[in-house]
Amino acid sequence: MPSRILKKRSLIPGQTSELVLDAPHIAAKAKPGNFVILRVSENGERIPLTIADTDKKAGTITIVYLVLGKTTAQLETLKEGDDILDLCGPLGKDTDIHKYDGPVICVGGGTGIAAMHHIAKGHHMAGNHVIAIIGARTKDLLLFEKELKRFCPEVLVSTDDGSYGHKGLVTEILEARLKADPTIGEVVAVGPVPMMAAVARTTKPFGVKTVVSLNSIMVDGIGMCGACRVSVGGKTQFACVDGPEFDGQLVDFKELSSRLSAFKAMEQISYEEFKKSHVCKCSH
Amino acid sequence: MSANAPTEKKKGKAVPRTAMPEQPASVRVTNFNEVTLGYTPEMALTEANRCIQCKKPLCVKGCPVEINIPGFIKKIVEGDLHESYKVLRETNSLPAVCGRVCPQETQCEGSCIMGKKGEPVAIGRLERFVADTFMASDACEQLTGTHACSLEHEGLKVACIGAGPSSLTVAGYLSSLGIKVHVYEALHELGGVLIYGIPEFRLPKEIVRKEIEAMKAQGVEFHTNWVGGKTITVQDLIDQGFNAVFIGVGAGLPKFLRVPGENLIGVFSANEYLTRVNLGRAYTFPAVDTPAYTGKNVAVFGAGNVAMDAARTAKRLGADRVMIVYRRSEKEMPARLEELHHAKDEGIELMCLNAPVELIGDEKGWLKTLTVQKMMLGEPDESGRCSPIACDGQFCDIPCDMAIIAVGTGSNPLMTNSTPGLELNKWGYITVNEDTGETSIPNVFAGGDIVTGAATVISAMGAGRRAAKEIARRLLG
Repeated sequence: MPSRILKKRSLIPGQTSELVLDAPHIAAKAKPGNFVILRVSENGERIPLTIADTDKKAGTITIVYLVLGKTTAQLETLKEGDDILDLCGPLGKDTDIHKYDGPVICVGGGTGIAAMHHIAKGHHMAGNHVIAIIGARTKDLLLFEKELKRFCPEVLVSTDDGSYGHKGLVTEILEARLKADPTIGEVVAVGPVPMMAAVARTTKPFGVKTVVSLNSIMVDGIGMCGACRVSVGGKTQFACVDGPEFDGQLVDFKELSSRLSAFKAMEQISYEEFKKSHVCKCSH
Repeated sequence: MSANAPTEKKKGKAVPRTAMPEQPASVRVTNFNEVTLGYTPEMALTEANRCIQCKKPLCVKGCPVEINIPGFIKKIVEGDLHESYKVLRETNSLPAVCGRVCPQETQCEGSCIMGKKGEPVAIGRLERFVADTFMASDACEQLTGTHACSLEHEGLKVACIGAGPSSLTVAGYLSSLGIKVHVYEALHELGGVLIYGIPEFRLPKEIVRKEIEAMKAQGVEFHTNWVGGKTITVQDLIDQGFNAVFIGVGAGLPKFLRVPGENLIGVFSANEYLTRVNLGRAYTFPAVDTPAYTGKNVAVFGAGNVAMDAARTAKRLGADRVMIVYRRSEKEMPARLEELHHAKDEGIELMCLNAPVELIGDEKGWLKTLTVQKMMLGEPDESGRCSPIACDGQFCDIPCDMAIIAVGTGSNPLMTNSTPGLELNKWGYITVNEDTGETSIPNVFAGGDIVTGAATVISAMGAGRRAAKEIARRLLG
């Protein structure tokens, strides 16, 4: 069924936006870690997006996307009051959340910060002390700092260019923190594959449980096609029904990166055609 | 119309089975249009006359939904196609689909007495002819003689989870009795495997849509994007006051080969490949957004209908060479005979007695080479087919940039994990009472692949019919 866009907020102009969608049946069931599959138009592709937040009372879910292909570019053309043609969920396993004595560190990079937000909130609701570590290339590209500050006692920031917070990588802050505090209960990482792989490498010597949320290519998202398969501890697992969260120490990130590039050339064709037709419409 | 005279029937024995017109192989490999074109009225009449109207028809016993086969054929002979369609619809909610995809050679036609000495009556082709003539022209009018099939039992409602062949059968059967049926489908389109699995060239999607439209006219309500076990659970439906729930969520996760390299780029499960092409219409890319990668040298593992569909799809998408790699021999292939013939006509190579042992990629993770091992046939195994035995040291490397794995599916955990108290077998499929289709939870029924594991459209429909009969008996007495 179609789902109405109740609110749209541009987070990074032309690049990243947040949508609040009217989806009471999904909001009622959604838990941290879940995602939705959506389709924007009749000829559109099904794409997965992690749920960034839910409001069960209002019956809404929040999604955040980065414009990087045709579907997300088309999504960006929609306004408040428009409908998303197809939206289904909540999909994927819920985040495994329990109360720890020590803090839980949630690391987010790029658009992954929004996805991480829902998980961090879940840990907070369970009574955990949540430390958020978020990173971006530069200050203007940083998402959800304010949202995380609402419940995280500490929000630590890094930027590649040093325009805000620590100059460098999120893993540098993470490592320092792990060294300083042996009571860290768990580390969660959501973001680009190289970042998640780096987080797993960083936590390994400390033996801290490390959860990563994978963004593999999906078609149906309901446990039917096997497109989203990943190697975890040498075994094939399906991100849509066995995940999307897995033990970061066991994930074959190299294979995941490679599989994510499978349709690059064709995705490019779709996107270029869209940009051409879109520019065309504007100029007439 | 002297065709129904007894003398004609006797003479019928000598008349050969009427061939089905089809697109020439060289033409059809360049398009996704339906391969078989259907009988003309003359052809249908000739073929219908071959039926000798057995007193105790074996064909009906061979049909999972017990169509009155001599009955509908007799009406063709009498020239009353309208009445013939009614006979079909009495027990079959999807006759235009079944006429195309049923394995008739092992069911109705496999039991046909005419086949003992010669060729069986082409029951499937006749079913298709009648169904296509009347399909969905006005379902209510066909069934009731009025334009609206009003609900007769306002208080009764039944929910189906999944909108594939088993659920559609339940919906069709119960709605024709005046019971309100709600169907919840996880995907954005209705039809289940008929939409995402079976290719356009074998079952045009327009046919499926029309059959579903007919059910809508009958009062069935469809809800897309509702994921059984996620958006809605069995308990939710019971709480909402449904009198019975039918679980028909279909096939689950694809099985893989467990050989090195099967996560390389270019290696697909048949489910993924077919879903991209059928549900996503990737064969019209970039007019649609869903892409499907096409290799030059394509290997398909498995030899069932799904393997044939995948192989023929790859051919149509421009592959130079498509090989069916199968551990046993052609004789053991489980595919429907017509599909195997069509595949061979279209230039699909059968590489029998070969098993894949490794998929090898380049430095970027793209599939480049397939290593197979020679096999030979041994003693029959528990499935009754000769078991393949590996020949020591006999390996062969084949250039291969795309591989499709079509070796079956497992159970889908979404529904079963979310339903406490639902009894499953050791493979994770739902256990049901064989006579009624009822699960371990009272008034919750199940049928199709989630009960049997991967099987045929018609067996799922048979299960749907069994459950629907029982539901109707309980609700209407």
